[in-house]
Amino acid sequence: MPHDGHGHDEPSELSPIALRVKALESLLIEKGYVDPAALDVLIDTYETRIGPRNGAKVVAKAWTDPAYAKWLKEDATAAIESLGFTGRQGEHMVALFNTPDTHNMVVCTLCSCYPWPVLGLPPIWYKSMPYRSRAVIDPRGVLKEFAVTLPEGTAVQVWDSTAEVRYIVIPLRPKGSENFTEEQLAGRVTRNSMIGTGLVS
Amino acid sequence: MNGPQDMGGQAGFGPISPEADEPWFHEPWERRAFALSLAMGMTGSWNIDISRHARERLPALQYWRSSYYEVWIAGLVTLMTDAGLASTDEIANGRASTPPKPVARVATAAMIPAILQKGGPANRKSDLKARFRAGDKIRTRNISPEGHTRLPRYARGKAGEIIASHGTHVLPDSSAHRLGDDPQWLYTVRFTANELWGRANNDQVMLDLWEPYLEPA
Repeated sequence: MPHDGHGHDEPSELSPIALRVKALESLLIEKGYVDPAALDVLIDTYETRIGPRNGAKVVAKAWTDPAYAKWLKEDATAAIESLGFTGRQGEHMVALFNTPDTHNMVVCTLCSCYPWPVLGLPPIWYKSMPYRSRAVIDPRGVLKEFAVTLPEGTAVQVWDSTAEVRYIVIPLRPKGSENFTEEQLAGRVTRNSMIGTGLVS
Repeated sequence: MNGPQDMGGQAGFGPISPEADEPWFHEPWERRAFALSLAMGMTGSWNIDISRHARERLPALQYWRSSYYEVWIAGLVTLMTDAGLASTDEIANGRASTPPKPVARVATAAMIPAILQKGGPANRKSDLKARFRAGDKIRTRNISPEGHTRLPRYARGKAGEIIASHGTHVLPDSSAHRLGDDPQWLYTVRFTANELWGRANNDQVMLDLWEPYLEPA
């Protein structure tokens, strides 16, 4: 790395945790436990290849293809795999269909379980103490912080991912979208709507 | 264990503060921490339950104060020292002072896509007969194990109803302690907000729970 001209060597600019991780990486490479090129592939995969656009395709297809929606309800793992989204942290999938009477919301109170193949890596708030602690006891208060207000009488169902089953919420299709193509619909689907902390408008 | 990871129902952690247009990683070191944790997991030296247990064994105040990937790195250090893959001195210095310990696999760049695509399914064959089926009323056991469990405190000793069965899955309470997969029936169980929290509304909380956590109501 080139000198920055401010009289600091590179290491002094790194935080203690950054230095610790750097030391750990050197050690693991020296010991031969990890392949440096594999690390780059892992980062590239989750930074550029896997994300909520995958889940949005699942949702849009469920909205436009009743046979697919039925399959998704009965065997979400297979229905999602048919679109090419499979593997790590999506081995056992369940799709939760919102209805006018029921709103679904997903949390992992014990760690950070999240359906990687369809949503990518979770956002910070999903993995953080405020959401993990409050989603199960005060889901409506949590939804308010995401500016989500549900119609009176709509029940909230919170799904705590305590095992290896991973959940994706299928939000309600927005009103006035009858003539939208599947692609246009997918463009409307947000990550939060598939966690249950957002609605699709 | 009744550790700092068991967050459900705790008060005092403040607002959620979602970040608009959040990047996948906030600091360059987080990318490396993420990739190192996954790559080390691929050596086959531990499973997902052992790694979760390594994180939840961190001192509570450290766990709550740390950022997500700080917890991962602290957990990874515990996993490596427990497995004898490196000493704390080596980890601090970033240099090997002992020869490497053989591992089951070192994932090369070319192997990564197939490994991720295969994932790590948790279902296992078992001859056990299911004790419950959808519609059955159950009560969760009131337990406080010193080891790993996936039955959160807020759902212990509570009445619920089985709404789905997922077949037989690895039991984390066994697997986290290298005592084998011990596959057990896994169910989704529905609890009312009133049962869990004494709140008289129509909200519900669903948890995925293994048969040993449950008894007939």
